[in-house]
Amino acid sequence: MQGRAATGSDEILAIDGISVTLSGREILSDVTFHINAGEFTGLIGSNGAGKTTLLRVILGLISPSAGMVRVEGGLRRQPLIGYVPQRITLDPDMPLRARDLVGLGIDGQRFGLPLPSSTRRKQVDEMLEAVDATRFAESRVGNLSGGEQQRILIAHALISRPRLLLLDEPLANLDIGSEQEVVDLLARIAREQRIGVLISTHDMNPLLPVMDRIVYIANGRIATGTTAEVVSSESLTRLYGVHVDVIHVHDRILVVAGRREEALQHGDTESIVELM
Amino acid sequence: MFSALMLNAWGSASIVAIVAGVVGFFIVLRGSAFAAHALPNGAFAGAAGASLIGVDAIVGLAVFSVLGALTIAGLGRRARHDVATALVIVVMLGLGSLFLSMTTEYAPEIYSLLFGEVLGVSSSELVPIAVIGVVCIAAVFLVYRPLLFSSVMPEVAEARGVGRGRMEVVFLLVVALTTTMAVPVVGALLIFSLLISPAAAARSFTDRPFTAMGLSVVIALGTVWSAIALAYLSNLPIGFFVGSIGAGTYAVGRGWAGWRNRRSRPRMGATGRSPATAQSS
Repeated sequence: MQGRAATGSDEILAIDGISVTLSGREILSDVTFHINAGEFTGLIGSNGAGKTTLLRVILGLISPSAGMVRVEGGLRRQPLIGYVPQRITLDPDMPLRARDLVGLGIDGQRFGLPLPSSTRRKQVDEMLEAVDATRFAESRVGNLSGGEQQRILIAHALISRPRLLLLDEPLANLDIGSEQEVVDLLARIAREQRIGVLISTHDMNPLLPVMDRIVYIANGRIATGTTAEVVSSESLTRLYGVHVDVIHVHDRILVVAGRREEALQHGDTESIVELM
Repeated sequence: MFSALMLNAWGSASIVAIVAGVVGFFIVLRGSAFAAHALPNGAFAGAAGASLIGVDAIVGLAVFSVLGALTIAGLGRRARHDVATALVIVVMLGLGSLFLSMTTEYAPEIYSLLFGEVLGVSSSELVPIAVIGVVCIAAVFLVYRPLLFSSVMPEVAEARGVGRGRMEVVFLLVVALTTTMAVPVVGALLIFSLLISPAAAARSFTDRPFTAMGLSVVIALGTVWSAIALAYLSNLPIGFFVGSIGAGTYAVGRGWAGWRNRRSRPRMGATGRSPATAQSS
């Protein structure tokens, strides 16, 4: 709880030896890494590797059985952290405009009715502009496409001016075009607003051009560093405990675990990563 | 139609409609229609129990609906919400049938608990109805923002310190109070209709949440007023009119929304989102 002095000049999140046990099963074991302001970090791992659990620990929704989470300023609650959860279903029949959902990010936790205010409106307009969502600001959120909804959810998370933005599988269910747009948007926000961005995903490839740091999670343990350091045969073999090959194809990386020949037949990253 | 006796009917029905419009907005938004069905029906057993031991029906309604709300909220955290709700309704209806078998009340009294007794509301009954109504609306307005946040994105709201379970308890207690004041007036079955139809219809006419809530109140008032007038003129039961007008406004709303969508620009790239899977809790 020492604030900036304790966490170093640029460090906004420090995860120190976190272990999590849920119903007798160890989900995370001795996880340590940190995130700096303006840095783009990918949290990579297959389904069930513990990505969401780690994000929920950072948010303070799960208490670790060991270790410490420090967020710059010593507080773990919002608005220091903005959060975009996995697979939100927004009912198209719900009377809620994109602008209303972004506005909930300002004062959704406060009591009372929302009173019309020009400063509040301006704040929402600026945020919508920043994520390039002005065009559909007045539309119902439930009627927007997956990529448009992601922008609105990012705007919602950012409007409280957090220092750290957590996104859980924001690229799932997006087509390739919107996937690239969302990644570019997040990279730009991280740099321009000096926010730490932590994205969980099972496919690292869309993040390769923008990722400053990678946190690779498997069997409840992590390997962290730059992409080149972590995504190598030696490092991932150590992490998984079985032989792992890392294959570069054009600009993509395939991680192949276990029996290489069988995995390669599937031909796409996802199913290969699933084999781990 | 506007005699002194009828004034109580208009007054009490209007209060019930206003509260039902406000509370109903959140019931539909949260997908809590089943709880809104269970609490009035469970509370009905409370009224039967109250008449058995000779206390005011409203006391029995309050006790049973509040207990029901707390049970649904408590069990719902550990088990599936719909199952918890179903168990509450089953236990309470069982108790209700027990109480009914022990009382000497005439069938019409029981009938009025189910279908209401708008024309039988006395001036002395009007006061508790108004007081509870004001409490319900004040409570909804007080928690409007966190409740909206938690209903739309429970997980994100929780990360911002708006506890999902806490909101659920608060909201179900409001539904329980609504039930308490509404069952003597419009009955257990019709309050369900007033909680759902106007709020569901209002969603088709506006994209703004608070406007939708206001519209829901307007539609609820229109529904009960025309139901009372039509019942008075035709001598058919009010319940019939409340139910059918309610369904009618919903149909008109869907028709309007469909017409409006066809006129607006066709959306590209909306990925197979099915409204059926979008219900929460």
